[in-house]
Amino acid sequence: MTRGSRKSWQYFGLGLAWFYLLLWPLMGITDGELHFKETSLVWLRVAVAAAVCFALYRLGRRGTLDPALRPLAAARDAVAGALGRAPRWMLLVPLAAFALAYPALTNRYAQDVAINVLVYICLGLGLNVVVGLCGLLDLGYIAFYGVGAYTYALLSVHYSLPFWVCLPICALFAAIAGCLIGYPTLRMRGDYLAIVTLGFGEIVRIVLNNWMQLTGGPNGILGIKSPGVYLPTFADGSLSFEYLAIRKLEYLYYIILALAVFTIIAVYRINFSRIGRAFEAIREDETAAELMGVDTFRFKLLAYGLGAVFGGLAGAFFAARMRFVSPESFTFIESAMVLAMVVLGGMGSIPGVILGALALIALPEMFRGFELYRMLAFGGAMAVMMLVRPAGLWPAARLGKRSDDSE
Amino acid sequence: MDYLIQQIVNGLTLGGVYALVALGYTMVYGIISLINFAHGEIFAAGGYLGVILLSYMASQGLMDAHPWFGLAFALILAMGYCAMLAMAVEKVAYKPLRQSSRLSVLLSALGMSIFLQNGLMLTQGVYDKAYPTEFTHGGFELLGVRVSFMQIGIIAVTTVLLILLNALVFKTRIGKAMRATAQDKVMSALVGIHSDKVISATFAIGAALAAAAGIMVGLYYGSVRYDMGFVPGIKAFAAAVLGGIGNITGAMIGGFIIGMVEILAAAYIPHGGEYKDVFAFVILILVLYFMPTGIMGENVDDTRV
Repeated sequence: MTRGSRKSWQYFGLGLAWFYLLLWPLMGITDGELHFKETSLVWLRVAVAAAVCFALYRLGRRGTLDPALRPLAAARDAVAGALGRAPRWMLLVPLAAFALAYPALTNRYAQDVAINVLVYICLGLGLNVVVGLCGLLDLGYIAFYGVGAYTYALLSVHYSLPFWVCLPICALFAAIAGCLIGYPTLRMRGDYLAIVTLGFGEIVRIVLNNWMQLTGGPNGILGIKSPGVYLPTFADGSLSFEYLAIRKLEYLYYIILALAVFTIIAVYRINFSRIGRAFEAIREDETAAELMGVDTFRFKLLAYGLGAVFGGLAGAFFAARMRFVSPESFTFIESAMVLAMVVLGGMGSIPGVILGALALIALPEMFRGFELYRMLAFGGAMAVMMLVRPAGLWPAARLGKRSDDSE
Repeated sequence: MDYLIQQIVNGLTLGGVYALVALGYTMVYGIISLINFAHGEIFAAGGYLGVILLSYMASQGLMDAHPWFGLAFALILAMGYCAMLAMAVEKVAYKPLRQSSRLSVLLSALGMSIFLQNGLMLTQGVYDKAYPTEFTHGGFELLGVRVSFMQIGIIAVTTVLLILLNALVFKTRIGKAMRATAQDKVMSALVGIHSDKVISATFAIGAALAAAAGIMVGLYYGSVRYDMGFVPGIKAFAAAVLGGIGNITGAMIGGFIIGMVEILAAAYIPHGGEYKDVFAFVILILVLYFMPTGIMGENVDDTRV
C-alpha cells in the first residue's frame, strides 16, 4: 500500500467517521425512547455502498484492476473503431429491429419499464434543448409535462376528442406555456433563472392542486380515454371503419416508441441546424453571441418553446396511458430527475441523454429490493458526478475549437 | 381591526422564521455566488433534532421544572449540530468544485439537497413527527388580540439572533473577514484572509440560524416532516432576493415582508389560503423582473444576474 493510497484511505475513514458523528442524531425516536436499530441500518448501508465505490475507485487509480480492465478497454476500443467505420445504417437497422421486436420478446413488466424509459427519453431530450443546447438551467420543466397531460385529460374527458387530434394541441399548449413562462424570465441569467423556473414549476403544480372546478384538485381526473385507431373491416360486405381503443401495453409501447423516435430525430435536426448553432453560441457566451448578430431573446424563447413541445407530447402520452392524472405526478423531484438524466448523460449529447434515462429508470428496476434508497443514491450520485465527471457519461462532441482548449 | 392586528402578529412570527433562513442563503450567495439548495434541508434537520432532543428530555422528566431552560438547551444544541452538518456538506460537495463552473456547483447542491432530504425520510420515516407542545401552551390577550407565548418566543429569539448576527458581521474580526471575502476573494486572500475558513464559518453561521428557525417552526406548528425544508427554503430565497442578494439587512427585511404578505394575502384575498405558497414565488418573479438588485442591493454586475 503506497503512502498516497494510505493517506486517501485515512481521509475516507475520517470522512465516514465524521459523517456518522454528524448523522447519529438523525436516527429514530419513538415515545421518548431513543433507539437506533432500524435507522443505523440505513446509514450502515450507505457507508458500505460508499466504501465499495471508494475501494473500486482507489483500485482503479492504483492500477490493480488493470488486468481486468485493459482487455475490456481494448475490446471497447475495437468495437468503437469498428462501429465508427461501419456505415450508419448498419447500426440503426439492428437497433430498430430490436426496438420493434421488443414487445414480442419480453413480458408485461419489461414492457412497462421500457415505456417508462421512453417517456423519460422524450422528457430528457426536450430538456436537453433548453439546458444542454441553450444553457438555460430550467428547474421547472415538469410543468410542461403537466400542461400536456392535463390538456389531453381535459379535452378527452369534456370534449371526447381522440388522442391523435389532441397530440398537436397538447404540444401547442405546452409551447404556449413555455413562452409564457419564458417571456418574463429570460432576461435573467444562470442561478436566478434556475430559481424562477423552479418557482413557476411550483406555481403550476399548486394551481393544478387547487383549481377544483377545472382540474379536480388533488383527486385528479379520472376516465381519460386511451388512444384509439380506426381499423378497416369488411364484416358485412362493405368497407367500414371500426374504432379500437388501444389498451394493450405492446401497442402503447409502439406509440411511445414512435414519439421517442420523432423526438430524437427532431432534436438531432435542431442540434445541427442554424438554430442549434445559435443555441450553442448563446450557451457558450451570450454577450458574444449577441454581438455576432444572434437575436438572443428570440432564440432563448424558441428554445423554451421547443423544449416544452416535447414535454407536452410526453405528457399527453402519459395521461393516455395512465388514464388518470393528478398533481402528484408533477412535483419538483420529477424535474430534478429529468435534469439529472441530462446532466448524468452529458449535456447537449443525444446518446448521452438516452443513456442517462436508461441509467436512472431501468437500473433501479434491477435493484428493486433497494427501492427506498433510489432517491438517496440518486442525490449522492448527482453530487459525486459533478466531482469526478462533470461532463457526463457520454459528453457531446464539441464542434470547432475554443480559445480555452489550448490552455 | 382586531383581525388585522392579529394577522400582523402572525405575519411577524412567520416573517421572523423566513428572515432567519434567508440569512443563510444571502450570506452564502454573497460569498461564493451559490444558491445553496441544501440549506432548506439543514432547516429541516434542525427541526428534527429539536423534536428528538425535546421528546427525549421530556420522557426523562428533564423538562418538568424549567421547560424554558430545556428549550434553550435544545435550541443551542441543534444550532451547533446544524452548523457542523453544513460545514461537512460544504467540505464534501462544494469545496472541491471551487474552480469548476457555476452550473456544476449548483447541481452538486441540488444533489446534496435530495440526498439529505431522503436521508431524513429513510431514518425518520415519511410521516409527520409531533413536537411535545405541552410546555409551550398558553398565551394572553392584548388589546383584543390573542398572542401565544410561542409567538412572543419566536419574535424574541429572532430579534436576539438578528442582533447577534449584526454584531458578529459588523463588529468582529471574522465578520470583517467575511465582508472582505464577499467583496473580493482574491484581494482578501492577498492580504492574508484564509478564505476557506471564512467560507466554512459563513456556512456554519447560516446553518445555525436555519436550525433555530427549524425548531421554532416545529414548536409553532406542532410537527415536522422530512420535506418541510423545500417550500420554506424557496420562500426564504425569495426573501433574500427581495432584500437584495448578498445583503444581510436586506434579507431580514425581505423575510418579514414575505411572511407578512403571505399571511395577509391568505387572510384577505378570496381563496388566498389555498394559494398562499404562490405569493412568495410571484413576488420573487416580480422583483427579479423589475428590480433585480432588490430593495437594499448594490449594483449587481452583468454576469451575476
